Amino acid sequence: MNWPDVSDALFGGLADYGEILALVSNSVIAGAVLGLVGGLVGVFVMQRDMAFAVHGISELSFAGAAFALLVGFDVVTGSIVGSLIAAAIIGVLGAKARDRNSIIGVLMPFGLGLGILFLSLYDGRSANRFSLLTGQIVSVQTGQLGWLIAISAFVLIGMLLIWRPLRFDSLDPQSAAARGVPTTAVSLIFMLLLGLIVAVSVHIIGALLVMALLVTPAAAAMRIATGPIAVPVLAAVFGFVSAVCGILLAIAGTLPVSPYITTISFLIYVVCRVVGARRARVTVSA
Amino acid sequence: MSAPLESPAPLEIRGAALRRGDRELWSGLDLTVQSGELVAVLGPSGSGKTTLLRAILGLERLSSGSIEALGEKVRGRGSRRIGYIAQQRPLPRDTSLRGRDLVALGVNGHRFGLPLARRADYAKVDALIDAVGAREFANRPVGLLSGGEQQRLRVGQALADDPRLLLCDEPLTSLDLANQQAVTRLIDRHRRETDAAVLLVTHDINPVLGEVDRILYIANGRFTLGKPDDVLTSRVLTDLYGTPVTVLRAGDRLVVVGAPDAEASHHHHEEAHE
Repeated sequence: MNWPDVSDALFGGLADYGEILALVSNSVIAGAVLGLVGGLVGVFVMQRDMAFAVHGISELSFAGAAFALLVGFDVVTGSIVGSLIAAAIIGVLGAKARDRNSIIGVLMPFGLGLGILFLSLYDGRSANRFSLLTGQIVSVQTGQLGWLIAISAFVLIGMLLIWRPLRFDSLDPQSAAARGVPTTAVSLIFMLLLGLIVAVSVHIIGALLVMALLVTPAAAAMRIATGPIAVPVLAAVFGFVSAVCGILLAIAGTLPVSPYITTISFLIYVVCRVVGARRARVTVSA
Repeated sequence: MSAPLESPAPLEIRGAALRRGDRELWSGLDLTVQSGELVAVLGPSGSGKTTLLRAILGLERLSSGSIEALGEKVRGRGSRRIGYIAQQRPLPRDTSLRGRDLVALGVNGHRFGLPLARRADYAKVDALIDAVGAREFANRPVGLLSGGEQQRLRVGQALADDPRLLLCDEPLTSLDLANQQAVTRLIDRHRRETDAAVLLVTHDINPVLGEVDRILYIANGRFTLGKPDDVLTSRVLTDLYGTPVTVLRAGDRLVVVGAPDAEASHHHHEEAHE
């Protein structure tokens, strides 16, 4: 590997940037919507301490997609079915945090193992194989992109409709139950919405990297804000910036999209952490 | 929100019994709390005090008997007409909530639909913040507030719908004396101003001794109900526990000595308490 190779990988597409951008414009839109919705969902993932659940769901989503690939079925549908099964199991059996973690710990390797089995049985194009694990949005077909955008929009609307009761249940579950919030139903609906958005993320950044859009932006936002509007807005902006900038940078070269997205979202987190720590020091000394 | 003139008592419990697994927490419990009355519930941990409050909220099913709260049979799960102040648990430092948001959860946290801000909600939250004297720290992250400050906000949250029945579960635990008095004053003021009934679970009667009208003392699945002077005596408690118990008076404080509390029965009762 020498400099011209690296340069080509990073900027080889720069000459035809306009044309490439026109080709992948739908991917950019899908990334933008996922970034926004993922950031919002992530706020509740953090508040409900469910980062591990996100990972567990994404592995079963991967298994579902791999199975669909193997039997020649629609891959997006496969990932959604896998996601929803995982989300329902975790939601129903894992009401308590400790139960939840053990259930996820059991489900996750099982899902990943199944997925790897299906992929090794699959003898189609090998490029498809690992894109499910590490993502490659620009290889998703346009028809499927439409679906991914529609599902993200559905999740967004669902989240907004249960926003306040979900927030109450996430932050103060005892009082929420006392005040008549149907906490079990709200939790289950959230799990299903989470499952859907995880399935979308699997196609865009890959099953192994889902957390870069569903956990990191919200975690970053919570480092520098506490308000009920500031946190979700910042999380959505961070997710949006990570996804869109990641795709825009990636198409300038030949490298996959995911490393760009994960790096940008990680850098945002680091900056927020530093800013948050400095602010906390000022507050304490003041 | 005004109740009809000849309204029934805010809380009426008749023949209530509650089992947890094969263990009976209590049975045959009758308790009527009148408007403006403050009844304290005392007893060792694991005696089912918290469970009693949860049953009144409809979050726990009685194994027999009935509960009527604010003129309605308790059926559903939870109620906005009943105020509930949970035990003070320190919120994690990084909780993404400001003081006023904790109060706001009581005002609009139950509402489904687009989370659009309403001016009336804002005004109501402001009024509640003033009522519990939380103006100074209302805009700071709750994770950075002291236990006493957090608990005042919880009182504000519980008073959101101006409840005529207030249930308090160990509202003073882990607060210092000044904050215990401050929170007690808030609860007591709501009771006096609105004639609300208050049922308050506590393990230490002293901070509320001046305000309490009656005491329900639960131990060993049995209970005694009466005025503080009648219940908190060596004879009554000895009889209730079935083992020698002494009630001492030190100035205006009461100390119960020899009650087989947490130590003896804590282990197998712990689950039932949570």
